[in-house]
Amino acid sequence: MVEVTKLHKSFNGNVVLDGVSFVVEEAENMVVFGRSGTGKSVLLKCMIRLMEPESGDIKINGKDVLHLGLKELNHLRKDIGFLFQGAALYDSMSVRENLEFPLIRNFELDRKEIDERVHFVLEAVSLLEAIDKMPSELSGGMKKRIGLARSIITKPKLMFYDEPTTGLDPITSKEISVLIIDLQHQLQMTSIVVTHDLLCAKIIADRAIVLEDGKIVKEGNINDLVTSNDPFLKNFFSDEIIENNGSKI
Amino acid sequence: MIGGLSSFSVRFLKEVFIPPYEVEQIRKHMIELGMKTLPIVGVTGFIIGLVIAMQLSPVLKRFGAEAFLPGSVGISIVRELGPVICALIFAGRVSSGIGAELGSMRVTEQIDAMEVSGVNPFRYLVVTRIFATTFILPILTVYVIFISLIGAYIAVVLVQNMTWAYYLDRVIFAVEFGDAIPGVTKTFVFGFIVGLVGCYKGYTTENGTEGVGKASTSAVVVSSLLILIFDMVLVKLSLWIWPVVK
Repeated sequence: MVEVTKLHKSFNGNVVLDGVSFVVEEAENMVVFGRSGTGKSVLLKCMIRLMEPESGDIKINGKDVLHLGLKELNHLRKDIGFLFQGAALYDSMSVRENLEFPLIRNFELDRKEIDERVHFVLEAVSLLEAIDKMPSELSGGMKKRIGLARSIITKPKLMFYDEPTTGLDPITSKEISVLIIDLQHQLQMTSIVVTHDLLCAKIIADRAIVLEDGKIVKEGNINDLVTSNDPFLKNFFSDEIIENNGSKI
Repeated sequence: MIGGLSSFSVRFLKEVFIPPYEVEQIRKHMIELGMKTLPIVGVTGFIIGLVIAMQLSPVLKRFGAEAFLPGSVGISIVRELGPVICALIFAGRVSSGIGAELGSMRVTEQIDAMEVSGVNPFRYLVVTRIFATTFILPILTVYVIFISLIGAYIAVVLVQNMTWAYYLDRVIFAVEFGDAIPGVTKTFVFGFIVGLVGCYKGYTTENGTEGVGKASTSAVVVSSLLILIFDMVLVKLSLWIWPVVK
């Protein structure tokens, strides 16, 4: 489904991705962990060509993403959903218009089918009552849900989540994580999730990779990573700060 | 920045002819931007007309040329003051608004979201706005010219006993085709500048909310400056095409 090979990306000489390679199989949920500034969001943005990497290959459904023309790229993007960190709802549009936007622009659907899809996704995220509200009237959690609804309304085969639970309280975070996994099962999507939230990862992940200094330092089952004796992983997943000599603070 | 603005305008010229044409968005922006600016340009135009007539009246009287007051005021307003004042106010009101709006959309990833959903954000957000500003400013200018002439009439009435019909007749007699056409035509260029600079500053915003503020401010400064520079060039060009002295 997704194959990333030797991806390199830097900003003003500062290397962010340094030869990142991984494969995500169909209907698999992969979580990308890493400290802030290690290039997790950049990785997602390169995969959908919001950013251009310096070198490497990205294949989605066998298509060479980095060498697609704009028309082919936009065609591919119709099969991909993207939940942004801040939900990225269009401020000037109501919830209904936000949801209808990708449908009206990209698909030749009649009014009835558009309404059905809008109602379906709003019911899926339990926010049908917010249909005529403006984004400014929604809470952070509600925005994330609507953002999720907008990203799945086109029935994508592949979903990218950029920090889906950041900035939310623990209960709402858990609800969003459960919602993501429910929708994933319902729609049989492949997912790549960038997160710091261990609980979210435990709920969602089939497999996880850990990025550090632009490289993948660990890859495997989430429970194996959490219980690993590797000092970096211990430090990353522990509640305590562990110094280089192994002592806890 | 000049390179960025140039490549941005080349991209606009490339994209503006490619369907689908966002007619509904253009109409919406024209109404919004026009309605938003209408009161302020109206008030400014009225005051400018009033003041220019009050200033010219004693000067013309000194040379025994009071009879030329309506014509002088009319030519000043139609050729220069109406178009430039309207464009500068439009730049202050609209260019900053577009810069802030698109800048905010950029830093909150709304433009990225649009791109990811397979929609060309440049065509949807930029082309429609530049098109709207280019075609709404000439309409506003005609309105400002009319309002300024009313303002000037009030000043004329205060110093000379003149009817509206006679005043208008004197203005129409003095203002020629070669005065009105370049005056209004150059506002298409000014409108394009306002839209282009506002969109460029907003679309290329960086560094979060601080960047949005900078985009908004510099959009006004750059577009106002460019309006004055292009006015200089266009006045020279219009005098070459339509010479005043026969």
